[in-house]
Amino acid sequence: MDVAIVGIGMHPFGRHEGVSGRQQGAHAVREALKDAGVSWTDVQFAVGGSHAAGDADSLVSDLGLTALPFVNVSNGCATGGSSLIMADSLIRSGAHDLGIVVGFDKHPRGAFDTDPASLGIGSWYGETGLMLTTQFFGMKAQRYLHDHGISRSALAKVAAKAYYNGSLNPNAWRRVPLGEEEINASAMLSHPLTQYMFCSPGEGGVALVLCRADLARKYTDKPVYLRSAVLRSRLFGSFEVFSPWLAVERAESPSEQASRAAFEAAGIGPAEVDLAQVQDTDSGTEISHLAECGLCKHGEQEELLRTGATRVGGSLPVNTDGGCIANGEPIGASGLRQIHENVVQLRGAAGVRQVPGEPKVAFSHVYGAPGVSACTVVTT
Amino acid sequence: MTKSRLIDDGLFIQTDDGPRLVGSSCRSCGTTTFPRQESCPKCTRVDMADSTLPRRGTLWSFTVQGFRPKPPYAGPAEFVPYGVGYVELRGAVIVEAVLTENDPERLHIGDEMELVLRPLRRDEDGTEVLTFAFAPAR
Repeated sequence: MDVAIVGIGMHPFGRHEGVSGRQQGAHAVREALKDAGVSWTDVQFAVGGSHAAGDADSLVSDLGLTALPFVNVSNGCATGGSSLIMADSLIRSGAHDLGIVVGFDKHPRGAFDTDPASLGIGSWYGETGLMLTTQFFGMKAQRYLHDHGISRSALAKVAAKAYYNGSLNPNAWRRVPLGEEEINASAMLSHPLTQYMFCSPGEGGVALVLCRADLARKYTDKPVYLRSAVLRSRLFGSFEVFSPWLAVERAESPSEQASRAAFEAAGIGPAEVDLAQVQDTDSGTEISHLAECGLCKHGEQEELLRTGATRVGGSLPVNTDGGCIANGEPIGASGLRQIHENVVQLRGAAGVRQVPGEPKVAFSHVYGAPGVSACTVVTT
Repeated sequence: MTKSRLIDDGLFIQTDDGPRLVGSSCRSCGTTTFPRQESCPKCTRVDMADSTLPRRGTLWSFTVQGFRPKPPYAGPAEFVPYGVGYVELRGAVIVEAVLTENDPERLHIGDEMELVLRPLRRDEDGTEVLTFAFAPAR
């Protein structure tokens, strides 16, 4: 039993004074229901989560008390991806025909302040100033650029592309294009990464209506099929965020593991991908994740950036909606935003940022603490 | 004389040369962790012994923390950017630590580094709280 995405909805990302995260989630659900032409009472099950804005299942108070099973997912940055995997399994198994996935969040300004104890790390780690995701991304970029001979100028190119794509996306938070010079000149947060090379914790909501593939035409004339959705945690020897120590030996990252499994399950290779959304917590990770996900070779990224291959009109458009850098990162919604964008693009409905040539295969990848990755392949 | 204490006694072991970092080493597969842990994340066995970590190593990667972190960060009231890095301790384990150097132009992957203790803050009674850091080796 294959699974189709037949409705998508989003609350714009950004900062929304006076609007709760839950309200943004409920808005996204209503938009997705409208898009699929169904009502809340038609929904047989729901799966969703937020990191910091309340329990997703409490949305039934606003959407309607219909007794449907609603499962909360709390899986850090992979909350959206994990929710989707749950929903996919519930339909694929034959348990349900139609369900909804929702993710939303609302974070305070500034870097995330995670409690070390929640990850089994001593309080010394936070007190001495090591409990920052931004440090990991700085050190990952430092090591990656060093190992693969990529120059620091590549970092500003990634961010400039993100802000440009964001300027073409009415749902994006950052909608003003920024030049490489301005990006390089912004505050140095975690060398070699400046402020404008990072995404910020933000707000937003996304929902997707999913159904049995054989029923999809009932709801839409442009169904998008979920070919695979895969989640992986760390292997011994990988280099991940919030690690007080690393093994001397290196192993594949969760992104490498999850992407390979997602392509295998879909029966589609990375070379067939028409566009991709990859986790760009910062410019450095867009660069490393492209290769970790098999979309290019390690070290090839600088040439891709120089020739504009990853721009909307290029041979491998990446983060066409502006990615995390231009949209911010409301943790519960972020992974679903990527799938929302892939569906918009495969429907040919992305307007001025539409990938040309009627794209048919789209890939998405999220990465987050403490070393998890979720990847999906969707097709027309 | 100023009183001082280590930030977390569990991270250190006293030796004739002063405090050293201590981790756990798996009796079965030889994997070393830092800090100590009860079980081996590589072979999954629960058979770990204390392992005093080497004092010196090489810089594996680094960054400079450019803004004051939110709590639970408990550094000095006046914020000074600080280096952070991973130091590979002679084939044993790669440890994350504050670096004494905060100028990225003076740090390079592969640099020789050595363990030092340095003050982080003071307790209410004036006791100096010491944490571990790595300094470019002389």
